[in-house]
Amino acid sequence: MIENIRLAFQGIWSHKMRSFLTMLGIIIGIASIIAIVSTIQGTNNALRDQLVGSGNNTVNVNLSQGGESYQIYDSSSIPTGIPVISEETRQKILALENVEKVTSYTTRFVTDGVYYKDKSLSEFNIYGIDMDYFDTLSYSIRTGREFLQSDYDDFRRVIIVDQTASDNLFQGANPLGRTVEINSQPFTVVGVVYKTSTYEPNIKDLDDYYTNDDGSNGIFFMPKTTWPIVFQYDEPENVVVKATSTEEMTKAGQRTANILNDTITNKNSTITYSAEDLLGIVKKQQELANASNLQLIWIAGISLLVGGIGVMNIMLVSVTERTNEIGLKKAIGARKGAILWQFLTEAAVLTSLGGVLGVGAGIAMSQLIHRFTGILVGINWPAALIAVLFSMVIGIVFGLLPSVQASNLDPIEALRRE
Amino acid sequence: MVLKLDHIDKDYITPKLIVPVLHDVSLHVEEGEYVAIMGPSGSGKSTLMNIIGCLDRPTKGTYELNGENVLNKNDRDMASIRLNNLGFVFQNFQLLSRQSALDNVALPLVYAGVRKRERIRRAKAALTRVGLQDRMSFTPAQLSGGQKQRVAIARAMVNNPRLLLADEPTGALDSRSSKALMELFEELNNEGVTIVMITHAPEIASYAKRVCNIFDGVLTERTDSNRTRIEAAGGKGL
Repeated sequence: MIENIRLAFQGIWSHKMRSFLTMLGIIIGIASIIAIVSTIQGTNNALRDQLVGSGNNTVNVNLSQGGESYQIYDSSSIPTGIPVISEETRQKILALENVEKVTSYTTRFVTDGVYYKDKSLSEFNIYGIDMDYFDTLSYSIRTGREFLQSDYDDFRRVIIVDQTASDNLFQGANPLGRTVEINSQPFTVVGVVYKTSTYEPNIKDLDDYYTNDDGSNGIFFMPKTTWPIVFQYDEPENVVVKATSTEEMTKAGQRTANILNDTITNKNSTITYSAEDLLGIVKKQQELANASNLQLIWIAGISLLVGGIGVMNIMLVSVTERTNEIGLKKAIGARKGAILWQFLTEAAVLTSLGGVLGVGAGIAMSQLIHRFTGILVGINWPAALIAVLFSMVIGIVFGLLPSVQASNLDPIEALRRE
Repeated sequence: MVLKLDHIDKDYITPKLIVPVLHDVSLHVEEGEYVAIMGPSGSGKSTLMNIIGCLDRPTKGTYELNGENVLNKNDRDMASIRLNNLGFVFQNFQLLSRQSALDNVALPLVYAGVRKRERIRRAKAALTRVGLQDRMSFTPAQLSGGQKQRVAIARAMVNNPRLLLADEPTGALDSRSSKALMELFEELNNEGVTIVMITHAPEIASYAKRVCNIFDGVLTERTDSNRTRIEAAGGKGL
């Protein structure tokens, strides 16, 4: 076998030009496939990073009604039968193997307003959060402090804002220690937070813009124990879980939603918990992108077929040229199988070499595509390995006919030919 | 007995007609013999050679090699017999042009499944035996005709066959090289190698200890009386 491979390389080397031209079909086919796969990989990576990865594997499990997320507005009455999330439920969620962290919060989209001196702000989000919220959603303190246990215990009217809210309300002045009015209650600003992992949505058209623009003038956070002072008691909560890994996001979200839905006492409630499935959305987008690219792979596959036929052709020529050699080998005692293997190995080595060169050319091609068009590319090593193995198979398949022909040569006839 | 051919007929059958090539050929060769089969072209000597060499099968008759009937073997076993019992020397050398003398000689050992180190050792010994110890890494293109035929003989001998089959071994050589080659054959025969040689040239045949004539597919043993006749006709000119 090793002897055959050595002989095959010797044969290829002694006909450099011919071997290269024979391999060219394989090289071009494999290179195009690798380039296409690299762009697919790049697009998939980008989609995933933008939609999923940047959220640090957090999954929103929100109340929803009829497929739309359920929002409580100023005037809404709270839905019945949806209990506040108990410590027991929280522990149950935390015990899930694919959940790392969990936090629950109440939220409203406030249209009425928050007031500071003569400034007022409407249309903003306000959250009543627990102590795990900032940690789970990767918020960090820019100035001031986080909520303390005593803030919760004493129902303190303290508030933390995000940078947008701070800019809108205080116009660049230091917000710490200022008093604002929300729903006729005075709140003291104790901190400003920012998100450590920035989520940059992939905006390609107006639809994307509306999807990602929440129309909010800022976010205000207060301790969840303080919430009923301003709004209502027993408001239903939403949950955010942090999955142990990106792959676990869908499962973590669904299981959390199931646990939460079990707690809903009103079995006829049209409002239920459902987990948003970012990973699922990404997969759908990836599938869409892949489907169109797969057709390109088929086209590249045709060039592999043409390359394979080229290999068969040149192997047939080679058998004719080497009739004498084959005759001699058979005369001195080489079995049919030995001749068959020699030619099959030669074809397989030839196309595998073409495959390796094709992978190299494909990687170079995808880098060029990246440089000139900016399309993201990623090298998919399993695909590269499959490509090389596949070209080896092409060699074996298309080398079969010439090899069988060689092994069936009659040694007497073969030796007589000059 | 190394070779035992009895009542061999060989016809070439084409769709239109049957061409008889060998008729009732019997040939017995003992261990250590040196036999020449002499005949003009078209006499059927190449066909006989192919049958002896297990490359072809007779239409009728029996053939035993080392006491073993070879005619009921399949192609695969025939290949094994060629590999292990026979050494071939051809008129036009039939060396692989891209490979060194050493690799050419070692080739049968590859098919015999001999390990590389052992292959090289035995190929070197065989090349040394034919006097080419300083030409081992040369390719055929770098060797003279006589040297090429020596490489071919080394290749034929490397597997220690029971029988060395030579088909017009001097056909492509000048008279000086031919003479040297025939001396090598005599030496090998003196060492106990059984040789069957086919030739059309009486002067080459005369090196053999026993000569058979073949004409129109009929083999006749040459007695001393007709040997003199052939020699008188200008046979031994070397």
